[in-house]
Amino acid sequence: MTATVNVFLKNGVLDPQGKAAHHALDSLGFDGVNDVRIGKQIIMDVDANDKSEAEAKVTEMCETLLANTVIEDYNIEIN
Amino acid sequence: MTVAILRFPGTNCEFDTQYAFEKIGHTTQLIWHEDELLPEGIDLVVVPGGFSYGDYLRSGSIARFAPIMKAVTTYANNGGQVLGICNGFQILTEAGLLPGALKRNNNLHFISKHQNLCVINNDNAFLNLCENGEVLNIPIAHADGNYYIDDEGFKEIEANGQILLRYSDENGSPVVVNGSVTSIAGVCNKTKNVFGLMPHPERALEAILGSEDGLRMLKGFDA
Repeated sequence: MTATVNVFLKNGVLDPQGKAAHHALDSLGFDGVNDVRIGKQIIMDVDANDKSEAEAKVTEMCETLLANTVIEDYNIEIN
Repeated sequence: MTVAILRFPGTNCEFDTQYAFEKIGHTTQLIWHEDELLPEGIDLVVVPGGFSYGDYLRSGSIARFAPIMKAVTTYANNGGQVLGICNGFQILTEAGLLPGALKRNNNLHFISKHQNLCVINNDNAFLNLCENGEVLNIPIAHADGNYYIDDEGFKEIEANGQILLRYSDENGSPVVVNGSVTSIAGVCNKTKNVFGLMPHPERALEAILGSEDGLRMLKGFDA
C-alpha cells in the first residue's frame, strides 16, 4: 500500500520558510495569498493486510521518527 | 577526568572538542556511533557539532537512533553528565533528553559569527565558573538553532533554572539572533546533568583567535 505522510510545523509555531515564500509571492504581485506554510511529504510503499493496519504502522513511524511532535503535526493518507 | 566524544557520520567538531578537553588536562576517547557501550569510568559524554546524517529529515533525528544513543540515554538517566554542542544539542532534543526543539533560523540563513551570550543560570556543573549576568563571547555556526518550546514548557524550564544562556549584546541584554524563544542559546534538563547549547565553546580557547571564554565553560565540569 502507498502511505503518504504530510508533515507541517504546528499552528502557532512560526514557519520561516513559509513566511519567506509568502513574502516572495507578495513581491511578485500575487494578490490574495493569506498564508503560506511549507512542510514535507513522505511517500512510502508499506506492506500491510488492510488500510487500518497500514495506518497504525505509519502512525507509529510518525510518532517515532518522521515527525517531531514538539513542533510538527502530521497527517496520513493510505491508498 | 575522562571525556567520551561521540562520532556520527557527518560529525565534524570531534577533533576540536578533543583538543579543547585535552588542553584543559582531561583524557578523551572518541566513540563511534555503532558502538553499543560507553567505556567504563567516563565522567562526561560530549555530543559534538557537525551535520550528522547530512541533517536529513531533521537535524539530529537520525543520529538519535544510532546504537550508542541507547547507552547515552541510560548513562544520562543514571545521572551521568552529557553535553551537546550545536548538532549535539539538536540530537539531545530529538532524543528527548532535553526539552524543546531546534528549528530553522528565522532568517533562513546559516549564521556563522562570534556572538555575545549572557549567562542566565550558573547553578550547574557546566557554568559554575561563570557569573550570572556575565557576558561571554563564543562563536555560533548553525542553520537550525531557532529554539522552540511551548508556553507551558517555557514556564517549567524557567522556574526550574534550566535556561543556561541567552544571545545578548555586550551589556547582557537579549538580542534576536535566530528567532529562539526569549533568545535562548542553551538549556539543561530538570536534573541538571544534561546540557545543550548552539554556540561552540570548543572554538573559543585562545585570546589570539578572538576569545578564550570557552575554556571557563568547559572547565566547569571538573570544578
